[in-house]
Amino acid sequence: MGLHAFLLLACALFSVGLYGVLSQQSIVMLMMGLELMINGLLAAAGAFWYHVAPASADGQVLVLVAVTVMALEMVMGFAVTTAIFRAREIDMTDEAEDLRG
Amino acid sequence: MGEALVLLGAVGTLALCAAVFDAVLAVPGGGAGEPLRRVARLLLQQRRRTRLADTLLVRTGVCGLLAVAVLAGAVLPLGERPVAEMAVGVVWFNAMEVGAWGALWLVGWGVNSVYPLVGGYRFVAQGLAYELPHMFALITVALGAGSLRFADVVAAQRGLWFAVWMPVAFAVYLVSAVAMAFWGPMDGPVSDDICGGVPAELSGPDRLVFQAGRYALLVVVAAAAVPLFLGGGAGPLLPPWLWTALKTVAVLALLVWSGRVLPTVRMDLFTRLSWLVLIPATLLQLLVVSVVVL
Amino acid sequence: MRDVAFWVLAVVAVAGGVAVFRVGSMARATFALLGSLVAVGLALLLLGLEYLGYVIILMMVMEMLVMAVFMVMYMMNPAGLMPMRMTHNARWAASVAGAVFVLLATGTFLLPEPVRHGRPPADPTRALGLAIMGPKMLVMMIIGVAILATMVSSVVLSVNRRHPGRGC
Repeated sequence: MGLHAFLLLACALFSVGLYGVLSQQSIVMLMMGLELMINGLLAAAGAFWYHVAPASADGQVLVLVAVTVMALEMVMGFAVTTAIFRAREIDMTDEAEDLRG
Repeated sequence: MGEALVLLGAVGTLALCAAVFDAVLAVPGGGAGEPLRRVARLLLQQRRRTRLADTLLVRTGVCGLLAVAVLAGAVLPLGERPVAEMAVGVVWFNAMEVGAWGALWLVGWGVNSVYPLVGGYRFVAQGLAYELPHMFALITVALGAGSLRFADVVAAQRGLWFAVWMPVAFAVYLVSAVAMAFWGPMDGPVSDDICGGVPAELSGPDRLVFQAGRYALLVVVAAAAVPLFLGGGAGPLLPPWLWTALKTVAVLALLVWSGRVLPTVRMDLFTRLSWLVLIPATLLQLLVVSVVVL
Repeated sequence: MRDVAFWVLAVVAVAGGVAVFRVGSMARATFALLGSLVAVGLALLLLGLEYLGYVIILMMVMEMLVMAVFMVMYMMNPAGLMPMRMTHNARWAASVAGAVFVLLATGTFLLPEPVRHGRPPADPTRALGLAIMGPKMLVMMIIGVAILATMVSSVVLSVNRRHPGRGC
Protein backbone atom coordinates (compact mmCIF):
# COMPACT_ATOMS: atom_id res chain seq x y z
CA MET A 1 0.00 0.00 0.00
CA GLY A 2 2.89 2.29 -0.71
CA LEU A 3 2.87 5.53 -2.64
CA HIS A 4 3.43 3.65 -5.91
CA ALA A 5 0.35 1.49 -5.49
CA PHE A 6 -1.84 4.54 -4.87
CA LEU A 7 -0.35 6.41 -7.81
CA LEU A 8 -0.95 3.38 -10.03
CA LEU A 9 -4.62 3.45 -8.99
CA ALA A 10 -4.71 7.18 -9.71
CA CYS A 11 -3.15 6.67 -13.17
CA ALA A 12 -5.66 3.94 -14.02
CA LEU A 13 -8.65 6.07 -12.96
CA PHE A 14 -7.29 9.11 -14.80
CA SER A 15 -6.77 7.12 -18.01
CA VAL A 16 -10.22 5.50 -17.91
CA GLY A 17 -11.73 8.94 -17.37
CA LEU A 18 -9.67 10.34 -20.24
CA TYR A 19 -10.99 7.61 -22.52
CA GLY A 20 -14.53 8.63 -21.57
CA VAL A 21 -13.89 12.31 -22.14
CA LEU A 22 -12.40 11.69 -25.57
CA SER A 23 -14.83 9.08 -26.80
CA GLN A 24 -18.29 9.96 -25.47
CA GLN A 25 -20.68 11.99 -27.57
CA SER A 26 -23.16 12.83 -24.88
CA ILE A 27 -22.22 15.79 -22.68
CA VAL A 28 -23.49 13.99 -19.60
CA MET A 29 -21.34 10.91 -20.23
CA LEU A 30 -18.40 13.19 -20.93
CA MET A 31 -18.84 14.73 -17.51
CA MET A 32 -18.73 11.30 -15.93
CA GLY A 33 -15.32 10.88 -17.55
CA LEU A 34 -14.22 14.18 -16.00
CA GLU A 35 -15.45 13.01 -12.59
CA LEU A 36 -13.36 9.85 -12.96
CA MET A 37 -10.26 11.87 -13.78
CA ILE A 38 -10.73 14.02 -10.67
CA ASN A 39 -11.36 10.81 -8.73
CA GLY A 40 -7.84 9.74 -9.67
CA LEU A 41 -6.60 13.10 -8.42
CA LEU A 42 -8.28 12.46 -5.05
CA ALA A 43 -6.45 9.15 -4.63
CA ALA A 44 -3.12 10.72 -5.62
CA ALA A 45 -3.53 13.73 -3.32
CA GLY A 46 -4.40 11.55 -0.34
CA ALA A 47 -1.40 9.30 -0.99
CA PHE A 48 0.98 12.23 -1.38
CA TRP A 49 -0.24 13.67 1.91
CA TYR A 50 0.38 10.40 3.72
CA HIS A 51 3.69 9.44 2.17
CA VAL A 52 5.40 12.77 1.54
CA ALA A 53 4.27 15.48 3.93
CA PRO A 54 1.82 14.22 6.57
CA ALA A 55 2.90 16.86 9.05
CA SER A 56 1.33 19.71 7.06
CA ALA A 57 -2.30 19.60 5.99
CA ASP A 58 -1.65 20.70 2.39
CA GLY A 59 -2.59 17.34 0.88
CA GLN A 60 -5.85 17.26 2.79
CA VAL A 61 -6.72 20.76 1.65
CA LEU A 62 -6.04 19.65 -1.93
CA VAL A 63 -8.50 16.75 -1.53
CA LEU A 64 -11.10 19.17 -0.18
CA VAL A 65 -10.57 21.52 -3.12
CA ALA A 66 -10.82 18.63 -5.60
CA VAL A 67 -14.11 17.43 -4.10
CA THR A 68 -15.52 20.94 -4.37
CA VAL A 69 -14.30 21.25 -7.94
CA MET A 70 -16.13 18.03 -8.80
CA ALA A 71 -19.39 19.46 -7.51
CA LEU A 72 -18.88 22.81 -9.27
CA GLU A 73 -17.92 21.12 -12.53
CA MET A 74 -21.12 19.09 -12.41
CA VAL A 75 -23.32 22.10 -11.69
CA MET A 76 -21.84 24.13 -14.53
CA GLY A 77 -21.94 21.16 -16.88
CA PHE A 78 -25.63 20.58 -16.30
CA ALA A 79 -26.41 24.29 -16.53
CA VAL A 80 -24.68 24.45 -19.92
CA THR A 81 -26.42 21.27 -21.05
CA THR A 82 -29.77 22.69 -20.02
CA ALA A 83 -29.12 25.96 -21.81
CA ILE A 84 -27.92 24.28 -24.99
CA PHE A 85 -30.77 21.76 -24.90
CA ARG A 86 -33.31 24.51 -24.50
CA ALA A 87 -31.82 26.48 -27.36
CA ARG A 88 -31.63 23.65 -29.91
CA GLU A 89 -32.81 20.33 -28.42
CA ILE A 90 -29.43 18.63 -28.53
CA ASP A 91 -27.22 17.08 -25.89
CA MET A 92 -24.35 15.84 -28.05
CA THR A 93 -20.97 17.46 -28.49
CA ASP A 94 -20.85 16.66 -32.23
CA GLU A 95 -24.03 18.61 -32.88
CA ALA A 96 -22.66 21.68 -31.15
CA GLU A 97 -19.58 21.78 -33.35
CA ASP A 98 -20.40 25.24 -34.69
CA LEU A 99 -19.69 26.62 -31.19
CA ARG A 100 -16.01 26.00 -31.92
CA GLY A 101 -13.58 28.90 -32.04
CA MET B 1 -19.15 -8.59 18.13
CA GLY B 2 -21.53 -8.72 21.10
CA GLU B 3 -22.41 -5.07 20.60
CA ALA B 4 -23.21 -5.65 16.96
CA LEU B 5 -25.71 -8.35 17.94
CA VAL B 6 -27.21 -6.03 20.55
CA LEU B 7 -27.57 -3.32 17.90
CA LEU B 8 -29.28 -5.68 15.44
CA GLY B 9 -31.57 -7.01 18.16
CA ALA B 10 -32.44 -3.52 19.39
CA VAL B 11 -33.15 -2.18 15.91
CA GLY B 12 -35.27 -5.21 15.07
CA THR B 13 -37.28 -5.06 18.28
CA LEU B 14 -37.87 -1.32 18.08
CA ALA B 15 -38.83 -1.57 14.40
CA LEU B 16 -41.42 -4.20 15.27
CA CYS B 17 -42.69 -2.06 18.17
CA ALA B 18 -43.01 0.92 15.82
CA ALA B 19 -44.94 -1.19 13.30
CA VAL B 20 -47.28 -2.50 16.02
CA PHE B 21 -47.87 1.01 17.44
CA ASP B 22 -48.58 2.30 13.95
CA ALA B 23 -51.05 -0.54 13.33
CA VAL B 24 -52.81 0.19 16.63
CA LEU B 25 -53.10 3.87 15.72
CA ALA B 26 -54.47 2.91 12.31
CA VAL B 27 -57.19 0.60 13.70
CA PRO B 28 -58.01 1.73 17.26
CA GLY B 29 -58.74 -1.21 19.53
CA GLY B 30 -57.41 -3.88 17.20
CA GLY B 31 -54.68 -4.31 14.66
CA ALA B 32 -51.83 -5.04 17.09
CA GLY B 33 -51.19 -8.39 15.42
CA GLU B 34 -51.36 -6.96 11.91
CA PRO B 35 -47.60 -6.40 11.40
CA LEU B 36 -46.76 -10.02 12.22
CA ARG B 37 -49.55 -11.26 9.98
CA ARG B 38 -48.22 -9.05 7.22
CA VAL B 39 -44.70 -10.46 7.68
CA ALA B 40 -46.01 -14.02 7.40
CA ARG B 41 -48.03 -13.11 4.32
CA LEU B 42 -45.07 -11.46 2.59
CA LEU B 43 -42.81 -14.41 3.37
CA LEU B 44 -45.16 -16.80 1.62
CA GLN B 45 -46.28 -14.50 -1.18
CA GLN B 46 -45.23 -15.32 -4.72
CA ARG B 47 -42.97 -12.77 -6.43
CA ARG B 48 -44.65 -10.57 -8.97
CA ARG B 49 -42.49 -9.32 -11.81
CA THR B 50 -42.65 -6.28 -14.04
CA ARG B 51 -41.55 -6.27 -17.67
CA LEU B 52 -37.89 -5.44 -18.33
CA ALA B 53 -37.18 -4.67 -14.69
CA ASP B 54 -33.54 -4.06 -13.75
CA THR B 55 -33.44 -6.73 -11.06
CA LEU B 56 -29.84 -6.01 -10.04
CA LEU B 57 -30.62 -2.37 -9.29
CA VAL B 58 -33.86 -3.21 -7.48
CA ARG B 59 -32.15 -5.75 -5.23
CA THR B 60 -29.31 -3.30 -4.55
CA GLY B 61 -31.81 -0.64 -3.54
CA VAL B 62 -33.98 -2.92 -1.41
CA CYS B 63 -31.05 -4.40 0.52
CA GLY B 64 -29.21 -1.07 0.54
CA LEU B 65 -31.97 0.69 2.47
CA LEU B 66 -31.72 -1.80 5.34
CA ALA B 67 -27.92 -1.81 5.16
CA VAL B 68 -27.47 1.96 5.41
CA ALA B 69 -29.91 2.12 8.32
CA VAL B 70 -27.96 -0.47 10.32
CA LEU B 71 -24.58 1.05 9.35
CA ALA B 72 -25.74 4.50 10.44
CA GLY B 73 -26.77 2.96 13.75
CA ALA B 74 -23.29 1.51 14.27
CA VAL B 75 -21.93 4.78 15.68
CA LEU B 76 -24.78 5.41 18.13
CA PRO B 77 -23.88 4.71 21.78
CA LEU B 78 -25.91 1.79 23.13
CA GLY B 79 -25.77 3.00 26.70
CA GLU B 80 -22.02 3.39 27.15
CA ARG B 81 -20.30 2.47 23.90
CA PRO B 82 -21.28 2.22 20.23
CA VAL B 83 -20.54 -0.75 17.96
CA ALA B 84 -17.89 1.28 16.14
CA GLU B 85 -16.17 4.11 18.00
CA MET B 86 -15.30 6.78 15.41
CA ALA B 87 -13.62 10.14 15.79
CA VAL B 88 -15.97 11.58 13.15
CA GLY B 89 -19.07 9.55 13.98
CA VAL B 90 -21.47 12.39 13.16
CA VAL B 91 -20.11 12.58 9.59
CA TRP B 92 -20.35 8.80 9.23
CA PHE B 93 -23.96 8.89 10.41
CA ASN B 94 -24.78 11.59 7.86
CA ALA B 95 -22.94 9.81 5.02
CA MET B 96 -24.77 6.53 5.65
CA GLU B 97 -28.25 7.99 5.88
CA VAL B 98 -27.76 9.77 2.53
CA GLY B 99 -27.50 6.26 1.11
CA ALA B 100 -31.28 6.08 1.50
CA TRP B 101 -31.55 8.49 -1.47
CA GLY B 102 -29.71 6.03 -3.65
CA ALA B 103 -31.70 3.06 -2.36
CA LEU B 104 -35.08 4.66 -3.01
CA TRP B 105 -34.20 6.01 -6.41
CA LEU B 106 -32.78 2.64 -7.47
CA VAL B 107 -35.94 0.79 -6.46
CA GLY B 108 -38.15 3.40 -8.09
CA TRP B 109 -36.16 3.32 -11.31
CA GLY B 110 -35.36 -0.38 -11.45
CA VAL B 111 -38.86 -1.85 -11.35
CA ASN B 112 -39.73 -0.09 -14.63
CA SER B 113 -43.13 1.19 -13.58
CA VAL B 114 -44.60 4.69 -13.50
CA TYR B 115 -45.64 5.24 -9.89
CA PRO B 116 -42.49 3.89 -8.27
CA LEU B 117 -40.48 6.15 -10.58
CA VAL B 118 -42.54 9.18 -9.51
CA GLY B 119 -41.93 8.17 -5.90
CA GLY B 120 -38.20 7.85 -6.47
CA TYR B 121 -37.98 11.33 -7.98
CA ARG B 122 -40.08 12.72 -5.16
CA PHE B 123 -37.60 11.38 -2.66
CA VAL B 124 -34.66 12.98 -4.46
CA ALA B 125 -36.53 16.31 -4.37
CA GLN B 126 -37.36 15.78 -0.71
CA GLY B 127 -33.74 14.89 0.00
CA LEU B 128 -32.48 18.10 -1.61
CA ALA B 129 -34.94 19.98 0.60
CA TYR B 130 -34.25 18.34 3.97
CA GLU B 131 -30.53 17.64 3.71
CA LEU B 132 -29.16 21.15 4.18
CA PRO B 133 -31.22 22.01 7.30
CA HIS B 134 -30.36 18.53 8.61
CA MET B 135 -26.63 19.09 8.08
CA PHE B 136 -26.80 22.49 9.76
CA ALA B 137 -28.59 20.92 12.76
CA LEU B 138 -25.83 18.29 13.03
CA ILE B 139 -23.13 20.96 12.65
CA THR B 140 -24.76 22.97 15.45
CA VAL B 141 -24.54 19.95 17.75
CA ALA B 142 -20.92 19.29 16.77
CA LEU B 143 -20.10 22.95 17.39
CA GLY B 144 -21.75 22.90 20.80
CA ALA B 145 -19.80 19.80 21.77
CA GLY B 146 -16.57 20.84 20.03
CA SER B 147 -16.29 17.36 18.54
CA LEU B 148 -17.68 15.08 15.86
CA ARG B 149 -17.50 12.05 18.16
CA PHE B 150 -20.80 10.84 19.59
CA ALA B 151 -19.23 10.07 22.98
CA ASP B 152 -17.99 13.67 23.29
CA VAL B 153 -21.38 15.00 22.23
CA VAL B 154 -23.01 13.01 25.02
CA ALA B 155 -20.36 14.12 27.52
CA ALA B 156 -20.90 17.77 26.58
CA GLN B 157 -24.56 17.52 27.62
CA ARG B 158 -23.81 16.55 31.22
CA GLY B 159 -24.97 19.95 32.44
CA LEU B 160 -27.73 20.86 30.03
CA TRP B 161 -29.33 18.88 27.21
CA PHE B 162 -28.77 20.29 23.75
CA ALA B 163 -32.52 20.00 23.15
CA VAL B 164 -32.97 22.73 25.77
CA TRP B 165 -30.47 25.31 24.59
CA MET B 166 -30.66 24.49 20.85
CA PRO B 167 -34.42 24.06 20.46
CA VAL B 168 -34.43 25.18 16.82
CA ALA B 169 -31.78 22.64 15.87
CA PHE B 170 -33.71 19.92 17.72
CA ALA B 171 -36.98 20.77 15.99
CA VAL B 172 -35.29 20.89 12.58
CA TYR B 173 -33.60 17.58 13.31
CA LEU B 174 -36.96 15.95 14.07
CA VAL B 175 -38.50 17.32 10.86
CA SER B 176 -35.55 16.16 8.79
CA ALA B 177 -35.55 12.78 10.55
CA VAL B 178 -39.16 12.25 9.51
CA ALA B 179 -38.33 13.36 5.96
CA MET B 180 -35.34 11.05 5.81
CA ALA B 181 -37.37 8.01 6.80
CA PHE B 182 -40.11 9.22 4.38
CA TRP B 183 -42.51 8.91 7.25
CA GLY B 184 -45.60 10.72 8.42
CA PRO B 185 -46.21 14.16 6.95
CA MET B 186 -43.23 13.65 4.64
CA ASP B 187 -44.36 10.33 3.12
CA GLY B 188 -44.82 11.73 -0.38
CA PRO B 189 -42.50 9.11 -1.96
CA VAL B 190 -44.73 6.27 -0.72
CA SER B 191 -48.07 8.06 -0.45
CA ASP B 192 -51.46 6.80 -1.59
CA ASP B 193 -51.92 9.35 -4.38
CA ILE B 194 -49.29 7.46 -6.37
CA CYS B 195 -50.56 3.98 -5.42
CA GLY B 196 -47.96 3.43 -2.70
CA GLY B 197 -45.09 4.99 -4.66
CA VAL B 198 -41.64 3.44 -4.56
CA PRO B 199 -42.54 -0.05 -3.23
CA ALA B 200 -45.73 -0.29 -5.32
CA GLU B 201 -44.40 -3.10 -7.52
CA LEU B 202 -42.44 -4.93 -4.82
CA SER B 203 -43.87 -8.19 -3.57
CA GLY B 204 -42.97 -11.04 -1.29
CA PRO B 205 -39.55 -10.98 0.42
CA ASP B 206 -38.47 -7.88 -1.54
CA ARG B 207 -41.32 -5.89 -0.05
CA LEU B 208 -40.62 -7.31 3.40
CA VAL B 209 -36.97 -6.25 3.31
CA PHE B 210 -37.92 -2.80 1.98
CA GLN B 211 -40.44 -2.24 4.76
CA ALA B 212 -37.97 -3.55 7.35
CA GLY B 213 -35.42 -1.08 6.00
CA ARG B 214 -37.88 1.79 6.26
CA TYR B 215 -38.74 0.99 9.87
CA ALA B 216 -35.06 0.43 10.70
CA LEU B 217 -34.24 3.86 9.27
CA LEU B 218 -37.01 5.43 11.35
CA VAL B 219 -35.70 3.69 14.48
CA VAL B 220 -32.10 4.77 13.81
CA VAL B 221 -32.92 8.43 13.16
CA ALA B 222 -35.08 8.45 16.31
CA ALA B 223 -32.30 6.78 18.29
CA ALA B 224 -29.75 9.32 17.03
CA ALA B 225 -31.80 12.15 18.55
CA VAL B 226 -30.96 10.70 22.00
CA PRO B 227 -27.15 11.16 21.98
CA LEU B 228 -27.40 14.28 19.82
CA PHE B 229 -29.97 16.26 21.78
CA LEU B 230 -31.33 14.36 24.80
CA GLY B 231 -28.20 13.69 26.83
CA GLY B 232 -27.62 10.09 25.74
CA GLY B 233 -27.77 7.61 28.60
CA ALA B 234 -27.68 10.24 31.33
CA GLY B 235 -30.41 10.03 33.96
CA PRO B 236 -31.02 9.26 37.62
CA LEU B 237 -31.25 5.76 39.16
CA LEU B 238 -31.54 3.66 36.02
CA PRO B 239 -28.48 2.37 34.07
CA PRO B 240 -27.46 4.24 30.90
CA TRP B 241 -28.64 1.58 28.46
CA LEU B 242 -32.14 1.67 29.94
CA TRP B 243 -32.27 5.47 29.76
CA THR B 244 -31.10 5.33 26.16
CA ALA B 245 -33.80 2.77 25.37
CA LEU B 246 -36.53 4.78 27.15
CA LYS B 247 -35.65 8.04 25.43
CA THR B 248 -35.42 6.29 22.05
CA VAL B 249 -38.87 4.76 22.53
CA ALA B 250 -40.27 8.17 23.47
CA VAL B 251 -38.87 9.86 20.34
CA LEU B 252 -39.94 6.93 18.16
CA ALA B 253 -43.47 7.02 19.55
CA LEU B 254 -43.65 10.74 18.85
CA LEU B 255 -42.56 10.25 15.24
CA VAL B 256 -44.94 7.33 14.61
CA TRP B 257 -47.83 9.23 16.18
CA SER B 258 -47.10 12.37 14.16
CA GLY B 259 -47.18 10.24 11.02
CA ARG B 260 -50.73 9.19 11.77
CA VAL B 261 -52.18 12.57 12.79
CA LEU B 262 -50.51 14.99 10.35
CA PRO B 263 -51.50 15.16 6.67
CA THR B 264 -48.93 14.59 3.94
CA VAL B 265 -47.10 17.79 3.04
CA ARG B 266 -46.86 18.65 -0.64
CA MET B 267 -43.30 18.47 -1.90
CA ASP B 268 -43.09 21.98 -3.37
CA LEU B 269 -44.47 23.47 -0.13
CA PHE B 270 -41.93 21.54 1.92
CA THR B 271 -39.09 22.64 -0.37
CA ARG B 272 -40.19 26.26 -0.03
CA LEU B 273 -40.50 25.95 3.74
CA SER B 274 -37.14 24.24 3.95
CA TRP B 275 -35.19 26.83 1.94
CA LEU B 276 -36.97 29.94 3.16
CA VAL B 277 -37.57 29.09 6.83
CA LEU B 278 -35.61 26.06 8.05
CA ILE B 279 -32.21 26.96 6.56
CA PRO B 280 -32.20 30.57 7.85
CA ALA B 281 -33.50 29.36 11.22
CA THR B 282 -30.73 26.77 11.56
CA LEU B 283 -28.13 29.33 10.49
CA LEU B 284 -29.34 31.70 13.20
CA GLN B 285 -29.23 28.85 15.69
CA LEU B 286 -25.68 28.12 14.56
CA LEU B 287 -24.77 31.77 15.11
CA VAL B 288 -26.24 31.79 18.62
CA VAL B 289 -24.42 28.58 19.56
CA SER B 290 -21.13 29.89 18.14
CA VAL B 291 -21.43 33.07 20.19
CA VAL B 292 -22.21 31.10 23.35
CA VAL B 293 -19.38 28.63 22.76
CA LEU B 294 -16.91 31.45 22.13
CA MET C 1 -4.65 -7.00 5.77
CA ARG C 2 -4.56 -3.32 4.81
CA ASP C 3 -2.79 -4.26 1.58
CA VAL C 4 -5.51 -6.74 0.67
CA ALA C 5 -8.18 -4.14 1.47
CA PHE C 6 -6.38 -1.58 -0.67
CA TRP C 7 -6.06 -3.84 -3.72
CA VAL C 8 -9.69 -4.93 -3.47
CA LEU C 9 -10.78 -1.28 -3.32
CA ALA C 10 -8.44 -0.39 -6.19
CA VAL C 11 -9.87 -3.13 -8.40
CA VAL C 12 -13.43 -2.07 -7.50
CA ALA C 13 -12.60 1.57 -8.27
CA VAL C 14 -11.09 0.84 -11.69
CA ALA C 15 -13.70 -1.78 -12.60
CA GLY C 16 -16.47 0.67 -11.70
CA GLY C 17 -14.78 3.31 -13.84
CA VAL C 18 -14.57 0.95 -16.81
CA ALA C 19 -18.16 -0.18 -16.30
CA VAL C 20 -19.37 3.44 -16.64
CA PHE C 21 -18.57 3.35 -20.37
CA ARG C 22 -19.50 -0.28 -20.97
CA VAL C 23 -23.03 -0.60 -19.60
CA GLY C 24 -26.06 0.46 -21.62
CA SER C 25 -28.30 1.68 -18.83
CA MET C 26 -27.64 5.20 -17.59
CA ALA C 27 -28.78 4.26 -14.09
CA ARG C 28 -26.19 1.49 -14.01
CA ALA C 29 -23.50 3.80 -15.40
CA THR C 30 -24.20 6.40 -12.70
CA PHE C 31 -24.09 3.86 -9.92
CA ALA C 32 -20.94 2.24 -11.34
CA LEU C 33 -19.32 5.67 -11.12
CA LEU C 34 -20.66 6.00 -7.58
CA GLY C 35 -19.07 2.64 -6.74
CA SER C 36 -15.74 3.86 -8.09
CA LEU C 37 -15.91 7.11 -6.10
CA VAL C 38 -16.94 5.35 -2.88
CA ALA C 39 -14.07 2.87 -3.29
CA VAL C 40 -11.60 5.76 -3.48
CA GLY C 41 -13.25 7.33 -0.43
CA LEU C 42 -12.79 4.07 1.46
CA ALA C 43 -9.18 3.81 0.26
CA LEU C 44 -8.51 7.20 1.88
CA LEU C 45 -9.68 5.69 5.18
CA LEU C 46 -6.72 3.31 4.94
CA LEU C 47 -4.49 6.40 5.03
CA GLY C 48 -6.16 7.58 8.22
CA LEU C 49 -8.15 10.30 6.45
CA GLU C 50 -11.43 9.43 8.16
CA TYR C 51 -13.15 12.77 7.75
CA LEU C 52 -12.26 13.23 4.08
CA GLY C 53 -13.22 9.63 3.29
CA TYR C 54 -16.70 10.04 4.74
CA VAL C 55 -17.15 13.47 3.20
CA ILE C 56 -16.33 12.00 -0.21
CA ILE C 57 -18.91 9.23 0.29
CA LEU C 58 -21.51 11.74 1.53
CA MET C 59 -21.00 14.22 -1.29
CA MET C 60 -20.69 11.66 -4.05
CA VAL C 61 -23.92 9.85 -3.16
CA MET C 62 -25.79 13.15 -3.37
CA GLU C 63 -23.95 14.22 -6.50
CA MET C 64 -24.56 10.96 -8.33
CA LEU C 65 -28.27 11.08 -7.51
CA VAL C 66 -28.48 14.53 -9.07
CA MET C 67 -26.45 13.23 -11.98
CA ALA C 68 -28.85 10.29 -12.44
CA VAL C 69 -31.75 12.73 -12.70
CA PHE C 70 -30.01 14.70 -15.46
CA MET C 71 -28.82 11.55 -17.23
CA VAL C 72 -32.35 10.26 -17.50
CA MET C 73 -33.51 13.73 -18.56
CA TYR C 74 -31.09 14.24 -21.41
CA MET C 75 -30.11 10.82 -22.77
CA MET C 76 -32.22 9.52 -25.62
CA ASN C 77 -31.91 5.92 -24.41
CA PRO C 78 -31.61 6.13 -20.62
CA ALA C 79 -32.57 2.56 -19.78
CA GLY C 80 -30.32 1.04 -22.43
CA LEU C 81 -33.20 -1.02 -23.80
CA MET C 82 -32.24 -0.26 -27.41
CA PRO C 83 -28.60 -1.04 -28.12
CA MET C 84 -26.94 2.01 -29.65
CA ARG C 85 -23.50 3.50 -29.81
CA MET C 86 -22.88 6.92 -28.34
CA THR C 87 -19.18 7.25 -29.01
CA HIS C 88 -16.95 8.89 -31.57
CA ASN C 89 -13.34 7.98 -32.32
CA ALA C 90 -13.52 5.20 -29.74
CA ARG C 91 -10.42 3.42 -30.99
CA TRP C 92 -8.35 6.60 -31.14
CA ALA C 93 -9.55 7.59 -27.67
CA ALA C 94 -8.69 4.16 -26.30
CA SER C 95 -5.17 4.28 -27.68
CA VAL C 96 -4.59 7.81 -26.35
CA ALA C 97 -5.88 6.77 -22.92
CA GLY C 98 -3.74 3.62 -22.99
CA ALA C 99 -0.64 5.61 -23.97
CA VAL C 100 -1.29 8.13 -21.21
CA PHE C 101 -1.67 5.31 -18.70
CA VAL C 102 1.61 3.67 -19.77
CA LEU C 103 3.38 7.03 -19.64
CA LEU C 104 2.03 7.97 -16.20
CA ALA C 105 2.57 4.50 -14.75
CA THR C 106 6.16 4.38 -16.02
CA GLY C 107 6.78 7.79 -14.55
CA THR C 108 5.34 6.61 -11.26
CA PHE C 109 7.66 3.65 -11.05
CA LEU C 110 10.75 5.60 -12.14
CA LEU C 111 10.07 7.95 -9.25
CA PRO C 112 12.38 7.30 -6.29
CA GLU C 113 10.67 6.53 -2.99
CA PRO C 114 10.19 10.03 -1.54
CA VAL C 115 11.53 11.12 1.80
CA ARG C 116 8.75 11.48 4.34
CA HIS C 117 8.66 14.77 6.22
CA GLY C 118 7.15 14.36 9.67
CA ARG C 119 4.48 11.95 10.84
CA PRO C 120 0.71 12.08 10.50
CA PRO C 121 -0.89 14.05 13.34
CA ALA C 122 -2.94 12.18 15.93
CA ASP C 123 -6.10 13.77 14.61
CA PRO C 124 -5.83 14.67 10.89
CA THR C 125 -9.34 16.16 10.96
CA ARG C 126 -8.24 18.71 13.55
CA ALA C 127 -5.11 19.49 11.52
CA LEU C 128 -7.27 20.08 8.44
CA GLY C 129 -9.65 22.33 10.35
CA LEU C 130 -6.80 24.40 11.79
CA ALA C 131 -5.20 24.66 8.33
CA ILE C 132 -8.29 25.92 6.51
CA MET C 133 -9.09 28.35 9.29
CA GLY C 134 -5.48 29.53 9.51
CA PRO C 135 -2.71 29.41 6.89
CA LYS C 136 -4.97 28.00 4.13
CA MET C 137 -7.86 30.39 4.67
CA LEU C 138 -7.27 32.10 1.34
CA VAL C 139 -7.92 28.79 -0.44
CA MET C 140 -11.25 28.38 1.30
CA MET C 141 -12.21 32.00 0.60
CA ILE C 142 -11.50 31.52 -3.09
CA ILE C 143 -13.54 28.31 -3.05
CA GLY C 144 -16.38 30.19 -1.39
CA VAL C 145 -16.35 32.86 -4.10
CA ALA C 146 -16.14 30.16 -6.78
CA ILE C 147 -19.19 28.42 -5.31
CA LEU C 148 -21.13 31.69 -5.29
CA ALA C 149 -20.11 32.44 -8.89
CA THR C 150 -21.15 28.93 -9.92
CA MET C 151 -24.52 29.27 -8.23
CA VAL C 152 -25.23 32.58 -9.91
CA SER C 153 -24.04 31.53 -13.35
CA SER C 154 -25.81 28.16 -13.30
CA VAL C 155 -29.09 29.90 -12.46
CA VAL C 156 -28.49 32.46 -15.21
CA LEU C 157 -27.71 29.71 -17.72
CA SER C 158 -30.58 27.43 -16.89
CA VAL C 159 -33.39 29.90 -16.31
CA ASN C 160 -36.03 29.85 -19.02
CA ARG C 161 -36.02 33.15 -20.92
CA ARG C 162 -38.89 32.31 -23.22
CA HIS C 163 -41.25 31.55 -20.35
CA PRO C 164 -39.95 33.48 -17.35
CA GLY C 165 -41.31 32.24 -14.06
CA ARG C 166 -41.79 28.73 -15.33
CA GLY C 167 -39.36 26.05 -14.29
CA CYS C 168 -38.95 24.39 -17.64
